[in-house]
Amino acid sequence: MNALRLFRRFGTLAGFLAVVIFFWIQLPDTFMTLRNWLNISQQLSMLAVVAFTMTIVMVMGDFDLSVGSMASLSGIVAALLFSQGYSVAFGVSVALVVGLLGGLLNGLLVSFVGILPFVATLGTLTIFSGIAFFISDGKTIFGRDIPESFSGFARGGIPIATIDERPLLFPNLTLLALLVLLVVWLVLEHTTFGRRLYAIGGNTEAARLAGVRVRLLRMLAFILTGFGAALAGLMYASRVASANPTQGAGLMLDAIAAVFLGMTMSEEGEPHVLATLLGILILGVLDNGLTQMQVDSYVREILIGTIIVAAVAFSSFGRKH
Amino acid sequence: MSLLTIHHATKRYGSHLVLQDAGLELTAGEAHALLGENGAGKSTLIKILAGVVSADRLELLLRDNPIAIHNTADAFRHGLRFIHQELMVVPQLSVAENLFLQQPYPKRLGLVNWRKLNTQAREMLAELGIQHIAPEQKMARLSTGDKMLVKIAASLLGDGNTTASVYVLDEPTAALSATETETLFRLINTLKARGCAILYVSHRLEEIFKLCERVTVMRDGKTIVTKAIRETSSSELIQFMTGRDLKQIYPARVKSYSKKVLLSVKKLITSFLKDIQFDLHEGEILGLAGLAGSGQSEVLRALMGADVVQDSDVTLSGKLFKLTSPTSTWAQGLALVPAERRTQGLVLTHHVSHNVALPHLHHLSYAGVFQNKPSQKRLAELMAQKVGLKARGVFQKVRELSGGNQQKVVFARAMAMSPRVLLLDEPTRGVDVGAKVDIYNLIRQVSHDGTGILLASSDLGELLGLCDRILILKHGGQVALIENADLSQADLLTLCYNEGITA
Repeated sequence: MNALRLFRRFGTLAGFLAVVIFFWIQLPDTFMTLRNWLNISQQLSMLAVVAFTMTIVMVMGDFDLSVGSMASLSGIVAALLFSQGYSVAFGVSVALVVGLLGGLLNGLLVSFVGILPFVATLGTLTIFSGIAFFISDGKTIFGRDIPESFSGFARGGIPIATIDERPLLFPNLTLLALLVLLVVWLVLEHTTFGRRLYAIGGNTEAARLAGVRVRLLRMLAFILTGFGAALAGLMYASRVASANPTQGAGLMLDAIAAVFLGMTMSEEGEPHVLATLLGILILGVLDNGLTQMQVDSYVREILIGTIIVAAVAFSSFGRKH
Repeated sequence: MSLLTIHHATKRYGSHLVLQDAGLELTAGEAHALLGENGAGKSTLIKILAGVVSADRLELLLRDNPIAIHNTADAFRHGLRFIHQELMVVPQLSVAENLFLQQPYPKRLGLVNWRKLNTQAREMLAELGIQHIAPEQKMARLSTGDKMLVKIAASLLGDGNTTASVYVLDEPTAALSATETETLFRLINTLKARGCAILYVSHRLEEIFKLCERVTVMRDGKTIVTKAIRETSSSELIQFMTGRDLKQIYPARVKSYSKKVLLSVKKLITSFLKDIQFDLHEGEILGLAGLAGSGQSEVLRALMGADVVQDSDVTLSGKLFKLTSPTSTWAQGLALVPAERRTQGLVLTHHVSHNVALPHLHHLSYAGVFQNKPSQKRLAELMAQKVGLKARGVFQKVRELSGGNQQKVVFARAMAMSPRVLLLDEPTRGVDVGAKVDIYNLIRQVSHDGTGILLASSDLGELLGLCDRILILKHGGQVALIENADLSQADLLTLCYNEGITA
C-alpha cells in the first residue's frame, strides 16, 4: 500500500528519469550534453510560459483554451506595430496589454457571466484567432518589418562557456521562462492569493462561505493566464523573426497536457507549477530524443500522446484504491 | 387483511445498533404513519424495504407468504414503490414519456405512436383523478407536486407483470404547496380505495391526523408503539417520540448574559425570509427552531452575506452592518459554522492548518500579500488545542479525520479571530456523542467570553440545553421569540408545529 502510494506519487518522476537514461544510452554523444539541454530549454521556453500560467487557472479546476490563439494574436499585434514604425518597447507593451485584455474578457465571461470555462474560452479562442487573421490579412509578417533588436533577443543569451571554439549561450528565452516560473511559483505557493485559488479549486462553496472573493480571484487568474499567453506569443515571434496568425496553435494542448502530467505527481491531483515544469520537460525531452533518433514525426506524436494518456490513467487508477 | 408484515428488523453499523427488532404491519387499504426523531431508524427501515441496505435480521411476509428483498429489483417485483423528495424524472421528456419510461411505448409500423401514447397517458392520469396535467408537457415545466403525482402514476403501471401494492412516501409534502398537498392526498385516498397500503413518513402531525388510519412511533431503532390514530393525540405522539432526557450532557450557564445588544436585526428580507426581527445580546445564545426548511439556515446565510438579501436593517454594536458578501461579514466580526461541513465548510483535500487559516489569511500575511506560514501554523496549533482536535498534527489532511474532528476544524476556523457573533448551523450534525459534548462545552465557553451566538438546530434537546432564548420560524417567517425557561421538548415541538400552545 505504502509502496504503491510512493510509486504513484513519484512514478511520473521515475518515468522521466527512465526516459532520460534511455536516450542517454541510445544517443551517447549528443543527448546528455549541456548544449543539447540548453537547446531543449530554449525550444521549450514558449510552451513553458504558457503552461506555467495555465497552471494558475487549472489550480481552480478551470481551463483556458484560448492561450494558443492569444499567443498568435499578440505576435501579430506586435509585428504589425513594428511594420508601422513603432518602437519595440511600444509594440511589446501593446501586445502584452492585448493579453491582459483577452484574459480579462475570459475572466468576465467565466466569473461574472457564469459561462463554463471550456465554452467561454473556446469562444474567445475563435474570436482571438479571427482578429489575428483579420488584422494581418491572413499573411505572415516578416523580414524588414521585424526589427533586429526584437528578433535579436531570442537569439541572444548570456555566454557561459566556449566549447569547440563555439560560444555556449544561456538563452535569453530560457532565462525569461525561468523568471516566469519563479513568479508563478511565488504567486501560487507563497501568496495569500495563491492559497485562496487552491481553496477555490478544492471546494468553491466552502471558499466562498469562508470569505474568499471567488469571482474576483477567478477573473484575476484568467488575466494572468492571458498575459502569459501573450508573452509566449512575443517570445515565439522573436525566435522565428516573424508572426503569422496560426503560430501559437499547438501551444494550448501541449500546455494542458504538461499540467496534467504534473498533476499526477500530487496525491490530491492538484496542479503545482514545479510539477508542471516536470511535465514540460517530459514532453520536451521525448520530442528532442525521438527527433535525434530520427523517429518519424507522426510516430513521435502517437508515442507522446500514448505516454500522456498512460501516465494520467495510471495515476487515476492508483487513486481509486 | 395484513398486506405486508415486518418482523425483527435489525441492523448494526459497527458498534451502533440502528435498528433493534423493529416491526410493523401494513393492512390493505390503510395509510400508516411512521414517526420518529432524526436518527430513530426510520430511514434505515425504509432503505431495508427498498433493498438499498441489507438487514442483519429481517422477516418479511407479503400476504402471509415469506419473501426476501436483497436488492431494489426484488422490492419492485414484490410491488413495493418508493416516493421521496428527490424524484427520479427525466425533465427533458414529456409527461407521457416519463409515465411510460419503464414500459414499451405504443408503436405503429415500428415507430412510436405519439398520439396513442398521449391518449393512454391522459386516460391513466384521469383514472387517478389528475386532470390538470397535460401529457404533452415537458416534465421540467411541472411543479414539484405535479412531478410527484406523475411519478406515482408511473409506478402504478409497474413493469407490466407486477402491480404495486405498497407505497412508501418519505416526507412527500416537504416541498409541496398547500393545494399540491391536497391533490396528493386525494391520490393517496384513491390508492387506498384500490387496496394498496401506504407507509407515510412525515414530521407534520396535522397531515398524519388527516390522512392516516394508524401510526407507529420509532425511537432509538425500536418500534415503540402502534396505535389507531383516533385513539391518540399529538401531545402523546410527541412524548413517544422524544421521551428521553439529555439535559445532563449540556453544560450549564454559570454567568448570565449581558443586557447589551450586540446584533440588532430590525429587518431581513430575502426571496424566502420575511419579517425577521430580533436582538442578540453579548454572550447570549439565541436558538433558531422550526420544522425542517422553515428558514433557520436561511437566516444565518443571509446574515453571513451568502444569500442575496433584498432589504435589511441590521446593526452590530449600534453600527450599520453590511451583508454584501461573506468576505465583508467575516471582516465585520461574524463567523460561520455552515450546515454541511463537507460541501460548505471544509476543503477536504487540504490540511488542518490551511482550513483554519482560510478566512483569516490577510491577518496571517506579510503586507497582505505573502503568506506568513509560521503564524498560520501557530494559529492552527493554538486553535486545535482549544477545540480539543484529535489529529496527527496541523498538517494532516482534513479528509482523513473523523466527522467529529472535521467539525472541530470548522469550529477552530470560526473561533480563530475571536468573532463578535458566531453563527452555528446544525453544529453537531453527524457527530458522535463524545465530540458533541466537546462542542457543547466550546459553545458555552464562547458565550461566557461575551460572543453572541445564533444556533440553528433540528435537535430540540440541543436548543433547550444551550439556548437562552429561542426564535421559532415557520415558512420563512417568525412565529415566536420565547425565553427558554421550563420548556419541555414537547412544548417546543408543539410550538414548531404551531398548534397554539401558550408558552
